[in-house]
Amino acid sequence: MSVITYREAVRAALSEEIERDKNVVLMGEEVAQFDGAYKVSEGLLEKFGPERIVDTPITEAGFIGCGIGASMLGVRPVMELMFWSFYSVAFDQILNNAANVRYMSGGLINCPIVIRGPANGGTNVGATHSHTPENVLANHPGIKVVVPATAADAKGLLKSAIRDNDPVMYLENTILYGEKGEVPDDEDFLIPLGLADVKREGTDLTIVTYGRCVLHSLAAADQIAKEDGKSIEVVDLRSIRPLDIDTVLASVAKTHRVLIVEEQKPFASVGTQLSFMIQEESFDELDAPITRVTTIDAPAIYSPPVETEQLPNIGRVVIAARAALKA
Amino acid sequence: MSKDTLPNTAEINASLSSEEKIELYRQMMRIRRFEERSLRAYQGKKIGGFLHLYIGQEAVAVGACSLMGEHDHVITAYRDHGHAIAVGMDTKPLMAELYGKSTGCSKGKGGSMHYFDPSNNYWGGHGIVGGQIPLGVGLAYGVKYQGNKGASMAFMGDGAVNQGAVHESMNLAALWDLPCVFVIENNRYSMGTSQVRSTAGPGIAERAEGYGMHWEKCFGHDVYEVRETLHKALTLAREDHKPSVVEIDTYRYRGHSVADPDKTYRTREEIDAYRKNKDPLIIFQKTLGDEGVMSDELQKEIDQAARKEADIAADFAEASPYPTPDDIQDDVYWEADNPDQRKSQGRLFFS
Repeated sequence: MSVITYREAVRAALSEEIERDKNVVLMGEEVAQFDGAYKVSEGLLEKFGPERIVDTPITEAGFIGCGIGASMLGVRPVMELMFWSFYSVAFDQILNNAANVRYMSGGLINCPIVIRGPANGGTNVGATHSHTPENVLANHPGIKVVVPATAADAKGLLKSAIRDNDPVMYLENTILYGEKGEVPDDEDFLIPLGLADVKREGTDLTIVTYGRCVLHSLAAADQIAKEDGKSIEVVDLRSIRPLDIDTVLASVAKTHRVLIVEEQKPFASVGTQLSFMIQEESFDELDAPITRVTTIDAPAIYSPPVETEQLPNIGRVVIAARAALKA
Repeated sequence: MSKDTLPNTAEINASLSSEEKIELYRQMMRIRRFEERSLRAYQGKKIGGFLHLYIGQEAVAVGACSLMGEHDHVITAYRDHGHAIAVGMDTKPLMAELYGKSTGCSKGKGGSMHYFDPSNNYWGGHGIVGGQIPLGVGLAYGVKYQGNKGASMAFMGDGAVNQGAVHESMNLAALWDLPCVFVIENNRYSMGTSQVRSTAGPGIAERAEGYGMHWEKCFGHDVYEVRETLHKALTLAREDHKPSVVEIDTYRYRGHSVADPDKTYRTREEIDAYRKNKDPLIIFQKTLGDEGVMSDELQKEIDQAARKEADIAADFAEASPYPTPDDIQDDVYWEADNPDQRKSQGRLFFS
């Protein structure tokens, strides 16, 4: 076990998998010579050479499509998007080609790629660089979507994603890159996709969340425990599709109250799907309506102090959690 | 398009045996009759959606695919029946796919625009104009990465050349020295918009110069000329990992799809003139007659056999069952289709 940052955990997963499987290639803008726009791939070019760590021009549709095509022949490319926001430029490649090619070929082809990069607001980069597209991606059958919150999850989930034979969208977070955590050194440390993690046990309210919102939720739960003496359970989904709804429902059966916390715009968000499933499958367990904290529904604002308030934050989670506990 | 040598003196054609030449003709005829039969099926309401027919362009796919070796790959757009037959796919599952039957090459899940056969290095069959071209570059990347000597032929129509993905792909192929041949089947119309109304500049293939890429143009009614031109480009790709653009002048006799009444953007005279003067089957029949390779009797035999094959394919399609609603969620995820090897947990499907 080592204490390393989320960034180092992603890098360790990449390095181990490139070492393990000669078909794994890292491709993306600035991943090689520049050492990665966010330094995730720092040192990998030196370690593995330009055959395995490939700088691409700024051409998302071109290089993502190229990776998808290569994956049909058995190459296992890990494609870095400098920001997940740039997925819109490669939308057709990801969501027509990668998502559909297995289906349209009647199962003859599979597409073992990973597309990864940061998907978050909170860094004052405005509306074009702050998208959280996990709901859009997960809306496409054929695609898998994971959003790790901690360093250990980042490593274990990325290693599983690279070994997965389906296209996996792996959403990181620039604000989490520097967060430290204990991470197993084991080269076969894998966290299966589709397995949620109860990050904090509790009895009075379930917060269902993922990504950076896990950190806000844990901090809010600690504050409420201290100030109000209430016990909040925090369920980290980790994976959006496949989705571990059973862990969520087990928690609901224990607490009977649900708050969803997500860095999504509210309309047709991941939380929308979750609340539909919870009411459908555990209606009788609920003592109160499901509530949620989302990003306030507008394009990402630039203004630094206001952006903090547009996104879920500890204060907003505390207010919503107290309301949910009283409802 | 001037040539130093007559096409049929090129070595790649001169080395063909009589049997191989007849086989080229047979493939072209099989495509023609398959397409005509599928049109009748469409008119008989046996086929849903779109049907983009390849009639008139047969020499392009047959010439190109006849050059394929073990590590050569083909990908194309939605006018994909000709290439499918040319790479060696059986026409029965092709027709069954049009009928939406479970015996179709994609189990009835892809339809006319989405034929695939990895066992014959055929990677589709893609519905979005130009969207397959990055994948074609990726196939070339894969061939090179895996250390194989081969090339990817990425087919598109003239309507695709203004799509950004195509230009991004050409840049990558040239930048990275990928063995990709961009084959533009210029049938002069992107749906109902003529080239002059859609495409700026002095020419299409010439755009390769902007990427420092080799380019060629040739006529598509002459299967020998198609082979000679693509052989050069493929050799460059296989031997030197150099990509090319090859623009092939061709023509479709039918509308963009069978839903196109074909009355607004070109004249009947234009279509008739091409059929009369440049029909690839008539041209090649005459060539093979002049060469003493194919007699009239053999030509008739091949034609009859192709008609019969198309009818057999239609009968097979007709007699085959449809997939069932239980099949809808198969072939979505590799893991769901291979449950004994599944590593992930949780729900993959939400209905």
